[in-house]
Amino acid sequence: MYSWDFYTVMQSFDLFLIGIWTTFLYTIGSIALGVVIGLAACFARLSRFAALRVLARSYQELFRCTPLLVQILWAYYALPMLLGVSISNTTAGVLTLSLYVGSFYAEIFRGGINAIDKGQREAAAAVGMSGVQSMTHIILPQAVKKMLPAFINQSVIQVKNTSLLYAISVAELTYMTSVVNSETYRPLEAYSLAALMYFVMLFPLTQIADHFERRMRRSD
Amino acid sequence: MTEPVIAVRGLTKSFGSLDVLKGIDLDLMPGEVLGLIGPSGSGKSTLIRCLNMMETPSGGRFTFKGQEVTTRFRGKGARIGTGELRRDVGMVFQHFNLFPHLTVIDNITKGPRIVRGQSRAEAEALAMDLLAQVGLADKANAYPSHLSGGQKQRVAIARALAMKPDVLLLDEVTSALDPELVGEVLAVIRRLAEGGMTMVLVTHEMGFAADIASRVIFMEQGRIAEEGSPDEILRNPRSERLRSFLSRFHG
Repeated sequence: MYSWDFYTVMQSFDLFLIGIWTTFLYTIGSIALGVVIGLAACFARLSRFAALRVLARSYQELFRCTPLLVQILWAYYALPMLLGVSISNTTAGVLTLSLYVGSFYAEIFRGGINAIDKGQREAAAAVGMSGVQSMTHIILPQAVKKMLPAFINQSVIQVKNTSLLYAISVAELTYMTSVVNSETYRPLEAYSLAALMYFVMLFPLTQIADHFERRMRRSD
Repeated sequence: MTEPVIAVRGLTKSFGSLDVLKGIDLDLMPGEVLGLIGPSGSGKSTLIRCLNMMETPSGGRFTFKGQEVTTRFRGKGARIGTGELRRDVGMVFQHFNLFPHLTVIDNITKGPRIVRGQSRAEAEALAMDLLAQVGLADKANAYPSHLSGGQKQRVAIARALAMKPDVLLLDEVTSALDPELVGEVLAVIRRLAEGGMTMVLVTHEMGFAADIASRVIFMEQGRIAEEGSPDEILRNPRSERLRSFLSRFHG
């Protein structure tokens, strides 16, 4: 019979805290950057210039159709060889996470905008609004509501994806758990605690996504 | 001689290889109420949508109050853009196209505030005035989803009027309404006609067109087939085609 010993693991609680904080920073940073990248890619895809559309599409497919772990390893180990400069694990981590999530955000944003009836754009144009005015005052306010559930879900995945930075020794929660494990030789307790911490962070978020989805269905 | 508000010469419109408008000449005079009738696919909806450049014509000349209009949003030199054109040529759609995320009053004030730069107070005063005219003053703070079809369309008319347009384009504005709601919308349009508003309406309400139109155009296969007073067109049709078209609306 296995005898649980959370006490030993809890001695290293400060290491977990560092992990949680780092995970939080990488999540917020990569989501913020990802939104900017996603918006740019989304409007590039909706643009009337074919070159922009192709460029954005290529970027999206590249990042959506390769595993994030491979991207992280490539950015950290392979890219420096190509460029001849070293890249810190922070830079490689934030860059890949942001580009990765941005490619999915772009699709979510585009879907939300395209889901708005074209009569809305026509009605805005009919009172003399420009494309930008119609987008900011009429289309986006409606589209954001439609995007919200998918956006939150993708962001939940993003929190979990930061754990892949373990592979390049970023001190996020999974990596710090492995540190706790090697210090205490208590993998069962350490990784169970890590899983619980992720769950406590993410469960409220999925509930919020569900809430928005229900509200949206009601208002339709 | 008075100048036409909108004048088009040789207007054409093609969608791919399909020629929907095959050379339309039209002068819309101030104060005129022009009815566009014709079978579906005759091009009447495309024509009315070309009159505010919602549909970009493929060819022909287009002037608004004597000024040439470009197909771009912004004008260039002496030519005005579609943005300026649409400020002065309002449109009401078959499916209302109200903005669902805005209250009735915000639906109406959005255009004047953003496009004309009116203050909120100024735009809201005008909007309340217009809502009273269409009989919906008590709905100012309601959202469109809480309105009936007839009420939505009356709000849509108020929204177009808030821009103080020179011309109002009405594209089958009663076609999506339950029959018992058609009357309230027609009553609003009738009052506008009596007030001297210049209007173009695509309609299937022949009786109504006969009543308020000052001129009726019968379109067929992308061309103006017949035009004249409602008496000539609707009560004494000349061509066999027009007679058979009209017979479907009687008895």
